[in-house]
Amino acid sequence: MTEHVATNETILVVGGGISGMTAALEAAETGKNVVLVEKNPALGGRTSQLYRYFPKLCHPTCGLEINLRRLKGNPRVRLLTMAEVTGIDGSTGNYTATIKVRPRYVNENCTACGECGRAVEMKVDDPFNYNLGQHKAAYLPNTMAYPQRYVLDPAIIGTADADRAKAACKYGAIDLDMQEETIQVKAGAVVWATGWQPYDAAKIQPYGYGRFKNVITSVEFERLADLQGPTGGKILRPGDGREAKNIAFIQCAGSRDENHLRHCSRICCMASLKQTHYVREKHPEDGKSTIYYIDIRAIDRFEDFYQKVQADPSVNFIKSKVAKITEDEHGNPVCHGVDTEGYKRYTTPHDLVVLAVGMEPSVKGINIPGHIVADSSGFIEADPANGAVFGAGCASNALDVNRAVQSATAAALRAIQVVNKVAKAEA
Amino acid sequence: MADIKVGAYICKGCGLGERLDTEALVKTAQKDGKVPLTKSHDFLCNADGVAMIKNDIASEGITHIMIGACSRRAKTEAFHFPEHAVARANLREGVVWIRPDTDEARETTQEMAEDYIRMGCAEVKAMTAPAGNPNTGGSKTLLVVGGGVTGMTTAIEASKTGYPVVLVEKSGALGGWAGKLYKRTPVHEPYKSPADTGVADLVSQVQADSNIKVYLNATIGKTDGAPGRFVVDVATESGATHTEDIGAIVQATGFTLYDMNKLPELGGGKSPNVVDQAGLEALATAAAAGDGVIRRPSDGAPVKSVVFVQCAGQRDTTGQHLSYCSGFCCNASIKQAMYFKDTNPAVDTTIIYTDLRTPGNGEDFYRSAQEKGVIFTKGKVAEVVPNGNTSTVKFNDLILGDTDASMVDVDLVVLATGQIANSGINIDALAGVAEEEGAVEVKPISILNLTYRQGKDVPQLKQGFTDSHFICFPYETRRTGIYTAGPVRRPMDIAQAREDATGAALKAIQALENAELGRAAHPRSGDLSFPKVRLEGCTQCKRCTVECPFGAIDEDEKRFPVFNESRCRRCGTCMGACPVRVISFENYSVNTVGAQIKAVDIPDEFSEKPRILILACENDAYPALDMAGMNRIEYSAYVRTIPVRCLGSVNTIWITDALNAGYDGVMLMGCKSGDEYQCHFVKGSELGRTRLSKIDDTLKTLNLESERVRDLEVAITDIERLPEMINKYAAELVAVGPSPFKGF
Repeated sequence: MTEHVATNETILVVGGGISGMTAALEAAETGKNVVLVEKNPALGGRTSQLYRYFPKLCHPTCGLEINLRRLKGNPRVRLLTMAEVTGIDGSTGNYTATIKVRPRYVNENCTACGECGRAVEMKVDDPFNYNLGQHKAAYLPNTMAYPQRYVLDPAIIGTADADRAKAACKYGAIDLDMQEETIQVKAGAVVWATGWQPYDAAKIQPYGYGRFKNVITSVEFERLADLQGPTGGKILRPGDGREAKNIAFIQCAGSRDENHLRHCSRICCMASLKQTHYVREKHPEDGKSTIYYIDIRAIDRFEDFYQKVQADPSVNFIKSKVAKITEDEHGNPVCHGVDTEGYKRYTTPHDLVVLAVGMEPSVKGINIPGHIVADSSGFIEADPANGAVFGAGCASNALDVNRAVQSATAAALRAIQVVNKVAKAEA
Repeated sequence: MADIKVGAYICKGCGLGERLDTEALVKTAQKDGKVPLTKSHDFLCNADGVAMIKNDIASEGITHIMIGACSRRAKTEAFHFPEHAVARANLREGVVWIRPDTDEARETTQEMAEDYIRMGCAEVKAMTAPAGNPNTGGSKTLLVVGGGVTGMTTAIEASKTGYPVVLVEKSGALGGWAGKLYKRTPVHEPYKSPADTGVADLVSQVQADSNIKVYLNATIGKTDGAPGRFVVDVATESGATHTEDIGAIVQATGFTLYDMNKLPELGGGKSPNVVDQAGLEALATAAAAGDGVIRRPSDGAPVKSVVFVQCAGQRDTTGQHLSYCSGFCCNASIKQAMYFKDTNPAVDTTIIYTDLRTPGNGEDFYRSAQEKGVIFTKGKVAEVVPNGNTSTVKFNDLILGDTDASMVDVDLVVLATGQIANSGINIDALAGVAEEEGAVEVKPISILNLTYRQGKDVPQLKQGFTDSHFICFPYETRRTGIYTAGPVRRPMDIAQAREDATGAALKAIQALENAELGRAAHPRSGDLSFPKVRLEGCTQCKRCTVECPFGAIDEDEKRFPVFNESRCRRCGTCMGACPVRVISFENYSVNTVGAQIKAVDIPDEFSEKPRILILACENDAYPALDMAGMNRIEYSAYVRTIPVRCLGSVNTIWITDALNAGYDGVMLMGCKSGDEYQCHFVKGSELGRTRLSKIDDTLKTLNLESERVRDLEVAITDIERLPEMINKYAAELVAVGPSPFKGF
């Protein structure tokens, strides 16, 4: 990738998950210059932390590989990682974005040989695994990481470990003096694709997340199932490391709830249906899944997938909003509630409870410059008042991957319309 | 070929210098690879190393570059020479990182590296840097088929981007399905009440736009050509034909509502007071034009009670009706219930559903309906019995467990039937493929009337929809430059259709722009290579024209293949299929791979060093092997891996050549095929497998054991599994014994 100077014919894409990458690549492959800003050290976003996709049960890294190859071959995309947009000034066709770039402490000389990682001793929580595991303080974010370049955790700076890392690098790639930088980038249009956060499950007080170790979230469960995850693909209970075989999935954990998220997060039903496959994959003989649900929202073509899971004798469906979770003397989480089909009260222990947590737009709480019109859940609405700042993917709605990519492609066109107009005016 | 000059560069960084005898590698490149200009460098990917290569390009006139360093997936920015033919010998992820650093392993590790250098030199010499073909047409006009919300949105968005549009609508007016709605589901805060459809505004935008040419009462008589140079005959009702030059196509032909007459048990067709959602919209529109009161069709009495039956003929497990959910109907029934409640709260409105599906902010709309007094009953309707001016709705109440629940004296019953895609001819069904269960009947009328060898319409996925099979790439149809959008692609509501239409407009614009530049479309976006055929050697066997997953190849009058370059995705399936090997790409050919296979040094049968050829899909298997290297997972030093564009591009000559040369075994690593295929060239891995299943005959004629060729289904996550399988296979081959072809 060659550097190009950003102008008001450049499209700024904020967020390097699947939506942001799609918007950037679709625009670049249509001949536009793009600056792609990602806050993490590597691209991929939340989908790269998934073990499998529904409904094909294929692997997100496969699509990521294609997108990364598209990116590597395209000189029109300029990538900034560990970078966050802190402000945008200007108006349609003429924006200036202020971008804060955190120090990686590793420059482009890095070959990802791994010597620095071997040299250091300090370990830090691994956010790629939702802190379910740790990695070295000199690390490659994951095996698919692009840029394929190591990162030093800020905690290491000033320690002997940092010096060890520097000494281990034969390529002069480690720069311990690297400082946070603030840069400005011009852009004609902005695609805001900052994705989503899993709803903070600790806020759903009766479910005991944070108090009971064997109550986890659906995104954490993905990492446990992943062969490259912290448990090597074994579903181990965080409480005692025992293999979990009898697993409960609690739908609408935070969603469809006026006390938490008003909206339906759309993906969680399908995600839990998919995760029952993980249980069966790991324990074909004695794996057992129970889904507590209000409505199963296997929308449109996904119905087939639901019907297949329904036919699986190892999966039990209970129409009920779980009232509360307690813990028994064995550390088993116990679900309490009423099965509304027949009004039967239940008190059921499980090895592990997975909360199908809702999707909260990452936009929420971030002060996007200007007056971005968002709905009551914080999703960016399509509104002329937003000028040439276009929401894409889960910044704009609760979407699955397929729909997020669709949305990102549409956002890319809206951005192209603006920069084409700029180009025409300047011609 | 005349002026090629090769430079070979061998890196000593990342442990290569310590683990390998790089001076010997230089000699291998010079002697066996016949590249006199071979240099080594301590750190080839840094500025100094890259400058060395660039300097040789400038001063020595290097045209072809062989880099012996890390994987082709690594350091792509440093080793970026788009004007040159480049081969990468993977000495890092492919050799030193997968081998133990022991004295015993040193010899076999070095042999592995030397072979990769030989292979790299052989490959690069057989390559040409693709120059692209600029003569692929330059039409910048979009054709949009269908004048509903999706089609109009595509047209407006494309026009706003600066591209002219031809819009063809088969009826006499723009508007489509949404044009017949009274109101739509809301898409803005506060999501509480039905909203204006916005159709009138879209129609006036289209009509006012001089960049959009509209044909009404018109269909597509014929679509000929390829992206950038489609020639489309638009047939109008009057019998006239207008020919348009088109760059790319968006098919937005929408849906037809499932016929409620197929649901007599639900009263469909049995009484005027049982209507589908379209019927209710018509009643609401008529009411709005009058006193606002929705009236019972049988006698015009104001409706006092209405029941909505969700999933009518949908989510059906009996195989009689639609197996899928149409996604929009829950919100549509909520909206329709509000038509009553908003004018007269005293009307009883009940929605009987099994799962209420209102994703996103639909939840607020659902809440609003509850506040307005709409009753939601979880149940499954068994029967609707019309009787005079009212009906009885019998259902299984799933909450109360009452299988005999019923509602009597219902004035109006609305059946929420689903969407059937207007996708034209199912070309796969016509080709003799058995209809899948739950599929809707074949619609006999073609939409696009493509003159393609493989059929007149875009291939369908499931249940008649022309959707993409790919989660990450929803627009990837199997016909380059033709994108489908809206409910023809997947069941959807207006909001999603408008989003879909906008995205499809981008893909179409991108396709015509890239066609003009000779660049490939997804997934090998930007690839300038394209298949070249030596027609004088062609036997007109038609395998390439039949197998191309994208229908890119037609036949001329003499039955020779005609390659339509801008329809091609560069997967190489044609090249793999060709029995006489006359198809090649500039940088990927029977020769570029064959030369690598032949370049490997085969030890004699007494050496106890088997050789295994791995042909690995470059998108999944090859990265998995790379990541095994990154994780330092060891595997056999006897394998030699060559990435291939797709299993479909594997020509069986490579396998027979390898076996004849004395390789002991061949491992083929491709993506999952079948219904849940993961091949990004759709049918590539499947076609490759079918072809390779016949390799047993070849093995028999060579008197070789069937174990000599192994076909593996591989995913990109098989980072641990692949090394295990390689090691297991290497051990098995030891048991089988050395190939009898060694030393010939």
